[in-house]
Amino acid sequence: MKHEWPLWEIFIRGQHGMSHRHVGSLHAPDAEMAIKNARDVYTRRNEGVSIWVVEARHITATAPGEKGPMFEPSESKVYRHPTFFDIPDEVGHM
Amino acid sequence: MAGVDKDMLAQFLLRMGDNTLILGHRVSEWCGHSPVLEEDIALANTALDLLGQTQLWLGYAAEVMGDGKTADDLAFLRDAWDFRNLLLVELPNGDFGQTLMRQFLFDAFHSVLLGRLLQSSDQSVREIAEKASKEVAYHVERSADTVVGLGDGTEESHARMQAALDLLWPYVGEMFASDDIDRAMAAAGVAPDPAGLRDEYDALVGKVMAEATLSIPDSSFAHKGGRTGATHTEHLGHLLCHMQWLQRAYPGANW
Amino acid sequence: MYAQMVKSTGEGVKDRDAMSPEEAAFQDKVDADIKIEPRDWMPEGYRKTLIRQIGQHAHSEIVGQLPEGNWITRAPTLERKMILLAKVQDEAGHGLYLYSAAETLGVTRDELTEALLSGKMKYSSIFNYPTLTWADIGAVGWLVDGAAIMNQVPLQRTSYGPYSRAMIRICKEESFHQRQGYDIMMKMAQGSEAQKKMAQDALNRFWYPSLMMFGPSDAESVHSAQSMAWKIKINTNDELRQKFVDQTVPQAEYLGLTVPDENLKWNEEKGGYDFSEPDWSEFFDVLKGNGPCNHDRLNDRVKAWEDGQWVRDGLLAHAEKKAARKVAAE
Repeated sequence: MKHEWPLWEIFIRGQHGMSHRHVGSLHAPDAEMAIKNARDVYTRRNEGVSIWVVEARHITATAPGEKGPMFEPSESKVYRHPTFFDIPDEVGHM
Repeated sequence: MAGVDKDMLAQFLLRMGDNTLILGHRVSEWCGHSPVLEEDIALANTALDLLGQTQLWLGYAAEVMGDGKTADDLAFLRDAWDFRNLLLVELPNGDFGQTLMRQFLFDAFHSVLLGRLLQSSDQSVREIAEKASKEVAYHVERSADTVVGLGDGTEESHARMQAALDLLWPYVGEMFASDDIDRAMAAAGVAPDPAGLRDEYDALVGKVMAEATLSIPDSSFAHKGGRTGATHTEHLGHLLCHMQWLQRAYPGANW
Repeated sequence: MYAQMVKSTGEGVKDRDAMSPEEAAFQDKVDADIKIEPRDWMPEGYRKTLIRQIGQHAHSEIVGQLPEGNWITRAPTLERKMILLAKVQDEAGHGLYLYSAAETLGVTRDELTEALLSGKMKYSSIFNYPTLTWADIGAVGWLVDGAAIMNQVPLQRTSYGPYSRAMIRICKEESFHQRQGYDIMMKMAQGSEAQKKMAQDALNRFWYPSLMMFGPSDAESVHSAQSMAWKIKINTNDELRQKFVDQTVPQAEYLGLTVPDENLKWNEEKGGYDFSEPDWSEFFDVLKGNGPCNHDRLNDRVKAWEDGQWVRDGLLAHAEKKAARKVAAE
């Protein structure tokens, strides 16, 4: 038969209140085993409180060539950041 | 917990600790040799859990015995006739299917037993069971999934799993063959009489084997002697030769 | 090192003028320490060299499980047994992280495994030496992991994102490995006469093979020059070897053990030790397959792979049946 177990991308919530973060990949025959393998491979040092697994082929990503149109336009919108505005010290914390 | 015979309590603790020690040792033999990296890592986790539990059970056994011994003394300096583990756990690994079948048959028993030990009248037993039962809840889930996956997998994997079940089933009965020690533990509320756990065990194992499309052999014959120390398989001595080699060759050395 | 003598393009570093606009842009990114990610444009030579290097590194991790795994069943105490098992398990994990990093370059783990088993790809020469006594487990942790860390710490800054992230995770986990080895050596060196003898013997046998891990001098190597320009190799082999010797000699002195090198001498001028080169003909023999354990190591890997085929197939067949049943039920 000889074909490889699918590749899964593993996301782990490290602490309560944090987002899940991509930590790596592994192989597993199905989603249930991927969760278990992720538990055994990626939480050996008490690194997680929650695991997501996604089969790698289901991830849709931006193309590197589109970096310019995708991300550069936001660079000029400096007014979205609080540091754009000068508030006098006397006003206090804002 | 008044009225528990110390020797009997120690025997009970040896049974618990020797099971986890010998099985942990067996599972650790897979490290570096498993069918796939993910399984290699998972098996090592199981072995580490079992060896950690061993330190607790044998540590408490040594304390109850009260002659200044340690968990390591009990693990590394007793001979085969002093071991109180089930014959099942000392059997060689065989192929991966046989290892996982043995694991599941033991995990199922272990999880049912530890569930009861959470209510033990002995505080130390209760505390060990609390830690171990969480670990074992995962072990039984994982080994059950693997038994089901391989039983219901290809023709070859099915045949291998059925052969493993046929080979190992005669070693299941020993888990429930209670004796005076078990009755004394039950009377003192330290541990349940294992005979009373059989129905729950059969229900769990029956469900998993059905899902795995495997047939439980129609025989109630049971090999016995491990947990009472009456006898062991020849395999235990060879396992001890490995495990105890350094402690025996260099007595009293500090490692 | 865990990746020894990795061949690059063999053509040396290209002149700026000879580069295509894509190559030049790529090199600019590398020079500016901007990470290269899997879907970014990269020169074919970069991709191939990385597959060779990461693959060899991954193979070394899993073959490296064997010499230490050799002592799991014979570890002298429950605690030592657990520590060693956890350590060897980590190596399986590190192999897994590295295979995953290689997989982002368009090769599968199965393809890499088959290349290892057929002898097409190599693993580090060090794992072809036997672990004969318990002190060898100490020496492997102290010296072999110590040498590996020399290389792996700078590789956290390597230009390829997935490789760099794998190395960061590995270095974090490895930090206990060398310490556990040294801890074993301390116990032995402070122990009985037999234990001291065992410790010295382990150092005698593992010293030169550890120095060989860094590979022969590559100051003149075109492969290394290209790899360094691409930042998939950060230091020369000689730099790392010198650093390793300078770090290790005082540690041996603390143990009261003698490094088996009559020419070992502190050189005030260079601020480092002068030391003897290992026997490089032995190194090339080991690479060719003539080390004391080459045959056993590869056999073990082949056996695990072949014996495991029915397991991998079985679990996959079940997963596919389960998925089909689920679709049928919907």
